[in-house]
Amino acid sequence: MPHIHEKKIKRLELVANKLRQHVIEMVAAAGSGHQGGPLGMADVFSVLYFHELRHDPKRPAWADRDRLILSNGHICPIRYAAMAESGYFPVKELLTLRKFGTRLQGHPERKRLPGTETTSGPLGGGLAQAAGMAYAAKMDEKTWRTYVVNSDAEQEIGLHWEAVLFAGKNRLDNLVSIIDRNNIQIDGDTEDIMPIEPLAEKYEAFNWHVIECNGNDIGDVVRAIEESKKIHQRPVVIVAHTIPGRGVSYMENNYLWHSQPFKPGQAEQALAELKEIERKLKADHATV
Amino acid sequence: MSLFSPKGIRNDAKLVRNLFAPAIPQKPTRDGYGEGIVDAAAEDRNVIVLCADLTESTRNMEFKERFPDQFVQVGVQEQLLAACGAGFALAGKIPFITSYAMFCPGRAWEQVRTNICLNDVNVKVVGSHAGVSVGPDGSTHQAIEDIAIMRVIPNMTIVSPCDAVEARKATIAAAEMKGPCYIRLAREKTPVFTTAKTPFKIGKAEIYRDGKDVAVIACGPLLHNALKAADELRKEEKIDVMVVNMHTVKPLDEKTVRMAAETCGAIVTVEEHQVTGGLGGAVAECLAKYRPTPIEFIGVQNRFGESGDPKELIEHFGMGVGSIKAAIRKALKRKT
Repeated sequence: MPHIHEKKIKRLELVANKLRQHVIEMVAAAGSGHQGGPLGMADVFSVLYFHELRHDPKRPAWADRDRLILSNGHICPIRYAAMAESGYFPVKELLTLRKFGTRLQGHPERKRLPGTETTSGPLGGGLAQAAGMAYAAKMDEKTWRTYVVNSDAEQEIGLHWEAVLFAGKNRLDNLVSIIDRNNIQIDGDTEDIMPIEPLAEKYEAFNWHVIECNGNDIGDVVRAIEESKKIHQRPVVIVAHTIPGRGVSYMENNYLWHSQPFKPGQAEQALAELKEIERKLKADHATV
Repeated sequence: MSLFSPKGIRNDAKLVRNLFAPAIPQKPTRDGYGEGIVDAAAEDRNVIVLCADLTESTRNMEFKERFPDQFVQVGVQEQLLAACGAGFALAGKIPFITSYAMFCPGRAWEQVRTNICLNDVNVKVVGSHAGVSVGPDGSTHQAIEDIAIMRVIPNMTIVSPCDAVEARKATIAAAEMKGPCYIRLAREKTPVFTTAKTPFKIGKAEIYRDGKDVAVIACGPLLHNALKAADELRKEEKIDVMVVNMHTVKPLDEKTVRMAAETCGAIVTVEEHQVTGGLGGAVAECLAKYRPTPIEFIGVQNRFGESGDPKELIEHFGMGVGSIKAAIRKALKRKT
């Protein structure tokens, strides 16, 4: 059982719901962007920003913070939403996503927005950078941890596996890779486009510790991250099984919603569905 | 050995006296890096080296021995070399990522662009075995496009040292400067003709030889050929050639380029690189903007290299002393 109070779980579920609403509003306002991945990863980001990460939104350059690398930069709306809600910048800035002059670029840029840790978008580069950071922390005997969120489609990339080799060789047990295993990529199902299974066995063969979890179950995500901290001498990969588009009925598990512009009424419907979930969560919350 | 510099060589360049002696000491520029990286690490414990299975040939042996905890072996993974280097830099290290220029920056271009330059982090890309003078290994290993692919990336500084002494200085300077830097090195031994006293500052060209007829702007070890060509033309044809060491290809010292064009009215660029996109391209872009001037381009003429003896290849691809002299004459004729 994870060391988290039932009340905290409910609160994190509400946060995740709030982040999802922001994602819909942001992408609708931008007229382009990604919905499937950000909605699917809302629970993981809720846990990271509001429970697990050692961070201080007022001091994004704090030397001892945990590092969170977003390798699949295209799901940045969920990161931006989590950053805004936790106080890195005003929530109203979220609606500037992808617009000229914004700090919230279509794919995240470190130099424009403090707290993003690195610039990402071209897939496959995050784990290698995270491994460099984790190695540097060990060199300096620092206790901060490095988390890297990456997508299942990134498991198709050569550079990513170079980093898997590197982290395994160097026993980077201060590195946690969280794979958004939502089974979709732009052109369809990952197992049709380029099969990546058996994923767990592959990582084990590369000397990683593998933890699987339901990435849309707050308690299970917390359990997985807690377990990752107990592993020594091996990097940890958490395969987070998620539902792309989670929380919006017409998006769930439909690969076309990896990214596509809303048609009239769709964003409104999505928000209405999310608000209904919020209402139920709050009613639930009151009974806990 | 002559006690004096050859006629025309500026005293303040502090070059070796025996500049054109057949017995001038020879050393590869990569050796200068190998010395400089040890110096740099002795100054700053944050200096680290990432190596891609080429410890000896990128001259990292001494560093590895003296600073084992700052040496990271990544294997034959050049994309990782660059991306992981960015990660180290983001955590406060000063990583020198080392390989053959063909593989890094060659293979790792996108990681250099996105992870290093767009991120604007403190990674030093060290590419050895640049140019056709790699020799017998052949065209697959002869990077002659590397300056071009680095030059188009914002935030990147490019240094192409002319000898081992300058390579050592460039390595130390790269560790001290902030931001991405590419240091271009060669495999083959070439004359060591600068000294500890020769001025070197990243971004500032040095005039080694005054002249008024034609200006040669060169980078890398071919600078020695350029000085020799200038010396021979003075003796044989009374042509007065200025020679500029443009070790920093980016940011280009535009002031010196303009001054050379104003003084001489004709330019020859010299580099062991494709004639497009490298030093020649940079000089041409600069002069097209400020002062259109006839330019002749010494370098590889849109071809791939091949196996052979380094000196033989330099001649074959038109970068020998004779070719430079011919280019100087041609540039002189084009002056109006």
